[in-house]
Amino acid sequence: MTTHLQDAPPDMHLVPDIFAPAVPKKASRDGFGKALLALGEKDPNVWALTADVSESTRTHWFAEKFPGRFVQVGVAEQNLAGVAAGIAACGKKAFISAFAAFSPGRNFDQIRVSVCYNNSDVKIHASHAGLSVGPDGASHQILEDIAMMRALPNMTVLVPCDMEQAKKATLAAAKLTTPAYIRTSRENSPVFTTPQTPFEIGKANVYRDGKDVAIFACGLQVYEAIKAAEELKKKGIDAAVIDMHSIKPIDTQTIIQYAKKCGVLVSAEDHQINGGLGSAIAEVLCEPQSVASIQHPTTLVRVGMKDRFGESGNCAELYKKYGIDAAGIMKAVEEILKKKPE
Amino acid sequence: MKKLGMIANGVRQDIVRMLVEAKSGHPAGSLGMADILTALYFGIMRHDPKNPQWEDRDRLVLSNGHICPVLYAALAEAGYFEKEKLLTLRKLGSPLQGHPHRGPLPGIENSSGPLGQGISQAVGMALVGKMEKKDWRVYSLLGDGELNEGQVWEAFMLGAKYKLDNLVAIIDRNNIQIDGTSDDVLPLEPLSEKFQSFGWNVVVIDGNNMNAILHGFGMASSCEGKPTAIIANTVPGKGVSFMEGKFGWHGKSPNKEEGELALNELGDARKKLEAI
Repeated sequence: MTTHLQDAPPDMHLVPDIFAPAVPKKASRDGFGKALLALGEKDPNVWALTADVSESTRTHWFAEKFPGRFVQVGVAEQNLAGVAAGIAACGKKAFISAFAAFSPGRNFDQIRVSVCYNNSDVKIHASHAGLSVGPDGASHQILEDIAMMRALPNMTVLVPCDMEQAKKATLAAAKLTTPAYIRTSRENSPVFTTPQTPFEIGKANVYRDGKDVAIFACGLQVYEAIKAAEELKKKGIDAAVIDMHSIKPIDTQTIIQYAKKCGVLVSAEDHQINGGLGSAIAEVLCEPQSVASIQHPTTLVRVGMKDRFGESGNCAELYKKYGIDAAGIMKAVEEILKKKPE
Repeated sequence: MKKLGMIANGVRQDIVRMLVEAKSGHPAGSLGMADILTALYFGIMRHDPKNPQWEDRDRLVLSNGHICPVLYAALAEAGYFEKEKLLTLRKLGSPLQGHPHRGPLPGIENSSGPLGQGISQAVGMALVGKMEKKDWRVYSLLGDGELNEGQVWEAFMLGAKYKLDNLVAIIDRNNIQIDGTSDDVLPLEPLSEKFQSFGWNVVVIDGNNMNAILHGFGMASSCEGKPTAIIANTVPGKGVSFMEGKFGWHGKSPNKEEGELALNELGDARKKLEAI
């Protein structure tokens, strides 16, 4: 039996046997850590800071190599963001790493004023985001961070789908001199993109074309969406899968293109349905210029956390229970297609 | 010393003019800190108004952004921008925002307003100076009410950890905040002991006495291995008798008549200074 993703456009350079158990599983936080180390080697102006979670956020690789440019602030996320802004004010590029639940979870004001209002060269790496953090429970499963970060002026928001893309997202963010937010996960997940897979901030990656429905996903939900699309194909449903690694700036053109083509869209994310990727897409769809361009009614179903808190469990169990795994995405697609006017 | 006194008097007059024109703002803290800002920009700090981005400059990080009228007045007096701009404070399109915004106005090191944030940035700057062995120094101004914010204590701990003896935090100990005296709202004493227990060098001064101020900064720069907190006992509204010591003037600007009264009083004080 072949598990080859037959409809993947070749220019996306995904791993050939995408559903094979042999596809290595790694956490996206590792991609951040590797990129940070590479940046540190290349640029003496790169600094890194953490709030007592250097190993968990993979900042320790940088810290071991460049102790003179590494700052351990302790469990103090508000200070973390402010100190980074001060370092950036001296012409440095400062990367702060902590768990997303605490940064930006508890330092929103510092990110808003010290980082964004100053337009500081500060990159916020937020690991352990979403339900995927699992057994730690709801207090640690931040599901509101994308909403907070994308509302901020000057901020770029990136949600990489695997370890390889997290590396690229970090390197791309480093090229900016303005604030950026990089959201990663602790959970090991298939590394299905390759060094050749393109990555451009603001440009979505279409991993599968399709005419019946378009699934827009970010983070770990991209792989789930690809799995869902393969299953849907067996049922005669032709689903496009689009990796929305950039939530801000968002790829308006690709959203409109698939709204025109399919008329039915599904968003999928490990985040509240309010304020995240799904909301960002909805905002694009109802702009007057989008409506004028699409010329027919478009339906969007948002797959994500439905205005509630999570709970303890492992990542797969939680994704299943809250309907944000491949099965949940499939279900959402099938339900909405049933209602689609012929 | 006479020269510094005259400058501080001019800064106070500018503050009153700005606030009357702006019709809102924070006079008490601004007037209270006029002597310290004057000492910093005209005696203590190494800086160049013609080259605000000079890499080796000393940095002044205003953490209690609401007293920015005193900062704007001192910057204008030092020549960072034309004095006429002062009267655009808080008006649409002005670079003199109600709370400072870094970028449009030369000499502003940090955007601020929400309390507690400046000191963290000052610690970040001092860290760069320390780790890269630069000889420039960082001065951060905080209000005593601002010490209610938890973030400042996070920053103080970090400053001690990295032995930032290139960092001076000046605490405006004027004992007023919006809802009353700081003793009533949230008691801070024993404040010196708090700083000492956080690993800081502490200098307590009369923040409205130029001799004491200069002496305090001297004590700070001779301290090695620790950051210094200068606890500056100041009189809020200093120089304008009907504002002095009154928390009601924390965030209320003088009207035109009150402004004239204040300017008359400051004018008389100036004549006395000139006569010395």
